[in-house]
Amino acid sequence: MAEYFHSVTLDTESCRGCITCVKRCPTEAIRVRNGKAQITKERCIDCGECIRVCPHHAKHAVTDPLAAIKGFKYKVALPPPSLFGQYKNQEDLELIRAGLLALGFDEVFEVAAAAELVSSATRMMLERGKLKKPVISSACPAVLRLIKIRFPNLLENVLPISSPMEVAAKLAREQAVRNSGLKPEEIGIVFITPCPAKVTAIKNPFGIDKSDVDLAVSSAEVYPVLLSAMNKLAKNWKGDADTAQTGRTGLSWGNSGGEAGATLATSYLAADGIENVINVLEEMEDNKLADQDFVELNACPAGCVGGVLNVENPYVVVTRLKHLWAYLPVSCNNIKSGSIPKELLWTKDIKPLKTLSLSGDPFEAMRMMRKLEKIESKLYGLDCGSCGSPSCRALAEDIVRGYATEDLCIYLLKDKVDAVRSSMLSLKLESREKGEG
Amino acid sequence: MSENTLHYHFVVSGDDFTQAGTASSAVKKTLKQLGFDPRIVRKMAISLYEGEINMVIHGGGGEIDVFIDAEQIAAVLTDHGPGIPDIDLAMQEGWSTASEQVRGLGFGAGMGLPNMKKYADELLIDSEVGKGTTVRLTVFLSGK
Repeated sequence: MAEYFHSVTLDTESCRGCITCVKRCPTEAIRVRNGKAQITKERCIDCGECIRVCPHHAKHAVTDPLAAIKGFKYKVALPPPSLFGQYKNQEDLELIRAGLLALGFDEVFEVAAAAELVSSATRMMLERGKLKKPVISSACPAVLRLIKIRFPNLLENVLPISSPMEVAAKLAREQAVRNSGLKPEEIGIVFITPCPAKVTAIKNPFGIDKSDVDLAVSSAEVYPVLLSAMNKLAKNWKGDADTAQTGRTGLSWGNSGGEAGATLATSYLAADGIENVINVLEEMEDNKLADQDFVELNACPAGCVGGVLNVENPYVVVTRLKHLWAYLPVSCNNIKSGSIPKELLWTKDIKPLKTLSLSGDPFEAMRMMRKLEKIESKLYGLDCGSCGSPSCRALAEDIVRGYATEDLCIYLLKDKVDAVRSSMLSLKLESREKGEG
Repeated sequence: MSENTLHYHFVVSGDDFTQAGTASSAVKKTLKQLGFDPRIVRKMAISLYEGEINMVIHGGGGEIDVFIDAEQIAAVLTDHGPGIPDIDLAMQEGWSTASEQVRGLGFGAGMGLPNMKKYADELLIDSEVGKGTTVRLTVFLSGK
């Protein structure tokens, strides 16, 4: 089903059935059954935590190969801000753009440029004051899916503006049509993705019917080929004319706090890393952050620079981005007309995903809850994960849903074995006594 | 209480701000798992959280009992703290008797009881000075 396409997938060969990913999944979407991990599609948010923590590299992100760009007559690369900080001693944005062209692209359209438009639109919307506060950023697709599943209450706080990736894709296609004279469908819009969540968001976009991105190529695949392309170019590099598309505002979107800072709101916060994001959402739900105007949330530590498909350490990348933007103007892209262009706005609402509730019928759910709690009280509460479920409560839930049995608990099993052993022993003693008597 | 009622019991510590909100957070998780309408979950989550914080700030801790059945979610919060001398006054927005220390932590803005009244469908307060306070919060599943 299209609704449940996921970039994050499991390589069953490499999976050893340890419970590292099971324990870390923020939506309890993974179980180990029959010695292998299984991802529940309905619950997965493609945050990539399991890819990050798997010691056996058994989790992968499905992306498009770079070679797939050949399928298009005219190719446009969409590099996100995080890509620009991947290279050591590389403080020339022009060379990175030239390197991308050398890889076979006809144009480069920076996502950071679109991010500046999104920032401009966000400021306009905040000023109009019609949004429900605190306004939640809509840029991180893993966070949006997390809200759909775990915090449906907060969907109405989400900023109804497309992500910089989508805005960039739309504008890049229009520009490419003008420059090439080709038809829109002959142009390939290629996003260089730092994370699996973006890949999934292209297949199942938020707030719009269809994504304008044609291909999502992994930052990890682009990294080495772009590096050698740049090394070749650097030999005769004179420093081409400045074709800067973005200022520091756009580049700062690569790290946590960049988007929030660009809102110029009086009171805002930025949280990064999925656990911190969850804590902030919990507090928002309890009305604790009512005095904030804007809340930026990134599933990855340090922001998009921390995406699992990036090569460099995210904190090093943040430092490099700061060097890169030091001499740039504040912003190169602003909405000049009095109204927000339609291309930036969502055309439909995002709906909650009821995948955590026990049943669609609350009364049936209450019946199941009673059963669940009865089972849970029998379990030892050690949350050891040996059964393959993330906690004792999750195992009880799995049993109630019919996906597991009590025998999966090794402690209950040990109790049973102990009981059998002691009854065998007493039988033995009895028969010995009888024999001797 | 019928046999079909779900019952949860929590003990709230009186001096540990880091633990404040534990009970309301657990209840919220259960309500979500029961698949209740997000608006109902929100009503209960906010009012119970405020009530729990009040127990920590003013009541010296206490106990919370939550009952869920086919009609309603009810929470009974009992403390043995100083009691509320004038409930009408306490219900006013911004009225607070919280200490400077508590305010320094970002609590005690005088919005606790008003928020409970705003978000719960029914709020009953029974208080005796020197003995303690019992608060009963109800959210109706039918939306009232």
